[in-house]
Amino acid sequence: MPQVTPAMELNVETAGALTRNVQPLLHEIRHALARLLDEGGQTVIDLRSLPLAPGEEQQLLDELGQGEVYARLHALGPTEIIESRYPGVWIVVHFNSSDEVIGKFIEICEVPNLLCSQQQDIQQGLEELQAQLPVVTN
Amino acid sequence: MTETELLLWVRGPGLQIATVIFLLGIVVRLAEILMLGRKKNLAEARGSAVAGGLRTILTRSIPDPGTMKRSTFNVVAGYIFHIGLFITLLFFAPHILLFEDVLGISWPALPTPVIDAVTVVTIIALLAVLIHRLRHPVMRFLSGFEDYLVWLVTILPLVTGYLAFHRVGIAPPPTLIAIHILSVELLMVVFPFTKLMHTFSLFMARYYNGAIAGYKGVNS
Amino acid sequence: MSKGETLGEALRRQGITRRGFLKFCAATASMMALPPSMVPAIAAALEKAMRPSVIWLSFQECTGCTESLTRSHSPTVEGLIFDTISLDYHHTLQAASGAAAEAAREAAMEENYGKYILVVDGSIPIANPGYSTIAGISNESMLRDTAKGAAAIVSVGTCAAYGGIPKAKPNPTGAVAVSDIIKDKPIINVPGCPPIPVVITGVLAHFLTFGSIPELDALGRPKAYYGQSIHDRCYRRPFYDKGLFANTFDDEGAKKGWCLYKLGCKGPTTYNACATTKWNEGISFPIEAGHPCLGCSEPGFWDGGGFYKALSMPTEDITEAAVYAVGAGAAAGVALGTINRATKARATKAHEKVTINDLEKVADDD
Repeated sequence: MPQVTPAMELNVETAGALTRNVQPLLHEIRHALARLLDEGGQTVIDLRSLPLAPGEEQQLLDELGQGEVYARLHALGPTEIIESRYPGVWIVVHFNSSDEVIGKFIEICEVPNLLCSQQQDIQQGLEELQAQLPVVTN
Repeated sequence: MTETELLLWVRGPGLQIATVIFLLGIVVRLAEILMLGRKKNLAEARGSAVAGGLRTILTRSIPDPGTMKRSTFNVVAGYIFHIGLFITLLFFAPHILLFEDVLGISWPALPTPVIDAVTVVTIIALLAVLIHRLRHPVMRFLSGFEDYLVWLVTILPLVTGYLAFHRVGIAPPPTLIAIHILSVELLMVVFPFTKLMHTFSLFMARYYNGAIAGYKGVNS
Repeated sequence: MSKGETLGEALRRQGITRRGFLKFCAATASMMALPPSMVPAIAAALEKAMRPSVIWLSFQECTGCTESLTRSHSPTVEGLIFDTISLDYHHTLQAASGAAAEAAREAAMEENYGKYILVVDGSIPIANPGYSTIAGISNESMLRDTAKGAAAIVSVGTCAAYGGIPKAKPNPTGAVAVSDIIKDKPIINVPGCPPIPVVITGVLAHFLTFGSIPELDALGRPKAYYGQSIHDRCYRRPFYDKGLFANTFDDEGAKKGWCLYKLGCKGPTTYNACATTKWNEGISFPIEAGHPCLGCSEPGFWDGGGFYKALSMPTEDITEAAVYAVGAGAAAGVALGTINRATKARATKAHEKVTINDLEKVADDD
């Protein structure tokens, strides 16, 4: 789980010691970022579907670091959404209500969809708000 | 039979059957040779037969200059694939584990990439000798079913082993491993009934020749 | 949750927002080993999915599969999967017992005839039904009876899928797999001893989402989880390729995390998701913890020659056979040799000449 720390400086030594799957993953992210800029296309990478040696996942997350945004949402358990030091590269970690990890994704987009309010929920909220307020007669 | 059942069979009963036929056949044939015996030489011994025999076992490991000149290709290709067979069989770590389990002894292995390269070289050498056998008119004339059978059962373990190690996608890996083990069992079963017996009889042949000469007091 | 409503309606009724539902779909996609690009399709499908009835029968098992599944606490995604299915019968988890429980099972079967999912864990003893019974009913007859109206059967764990540990030599209970008894229903094998929890729920999630059986391999296992061998996804593979092996559990090689082939690892012939999905929410798996893979999701792993015997070692004793062969060979060789000498002596005595035929015959023999 990425730490809530100030953005990390580029560490040349870390870059040199990168292992087999971390480099290709970073390249994939690089391509996705370029695509986001050119075409506006979003990309989602499921970290749990890739074979990573012990420590490699942490290495990858350390390399991505942490940027300006840290959000914690509560829906079916907590979810952490962090913008990495590279704008447009977001790290989304889903937990259940026992703080067990149930999903880990890297999303390359302007903002992960989950952060946005959903149409259905907005509609629901509007109805609830209307029910709260006294009826306005004109 | 599922691929798992095949793999368990070749690692179990299959290997037992092959070992029995292999060893029984070899011992029978060697016993037959020994029991034929040699004609007693009634002349007086002028040198040591035993020393001559043992010496010749070693010296005939190097080809004599005449043979080397006449059949350079056969000698060189033959040496390459024989040495290659020994290295791939005896110095690949998983094979050493097998010998350790059956014989109780073990020895250091060579790095796996080395074995991989030697396998390729050996396969190429074996293909070369086959092509030579087919193209050389005299060799083609002399070659019979057994010659090609023996060539096949020798190259199959190398090829199937290479495919199994690299998990080439023509079949699921457990099947590739099972086929490799099966090809070795085929080699073992065919061995005592063919010229592959030279593996053991060559030492007897060298000894006899050396002993005859040594008895007479000459080098062979 | 009431039956007859879709999953989407059920979740909304529980107060779960659309955002929560999308998180649920993302986690479900990950659980089913489907790419994130499929999340919209999964969301659309789950929205409309109807709640299936599930009957879970536990036979000759150690309850490890149920334990594996219930490690996650509800409400979680896995817990939700269970809430969205109607688990109408599970004699370890349910409160009811005895006649009342059996009555509940029969009612569920009748009400959902032809549509319910039958989940089985544990092997079925056919040597003597007395080895394993539930409410006096033998496992075999309960299985045959319950399978009749099932839409599909999920054999959870290696015992139900292939016979498992109870089937090990000499198999005193006559343990067999579900597929050895039921031949006329689609069966999904989810082997492992136990299976990774997310694999079990992933298969159920697939039913929920697509209403169909996932693509299966030759041994009846979902390719999404069992399509790759441990060996092909193992992070220690570079060491295998280079020939760097641990010789014991605590030597230098073991400490450096070298390949465990010599210690009996069955990774090369085992298909499961352990190397990628891992265990305990993705923390680790046996090889990462330093122990060779047992091959627990493969049939016959229990009699495969021993957990600590390498794959290249034989599963039976060769030395004994070899000794007998050499002994018999020596005896036969001496006998044949004697016959040969007699033949030769007779020929010499009769002054028989060696002809070209004899030489050709001899040449052919060799």
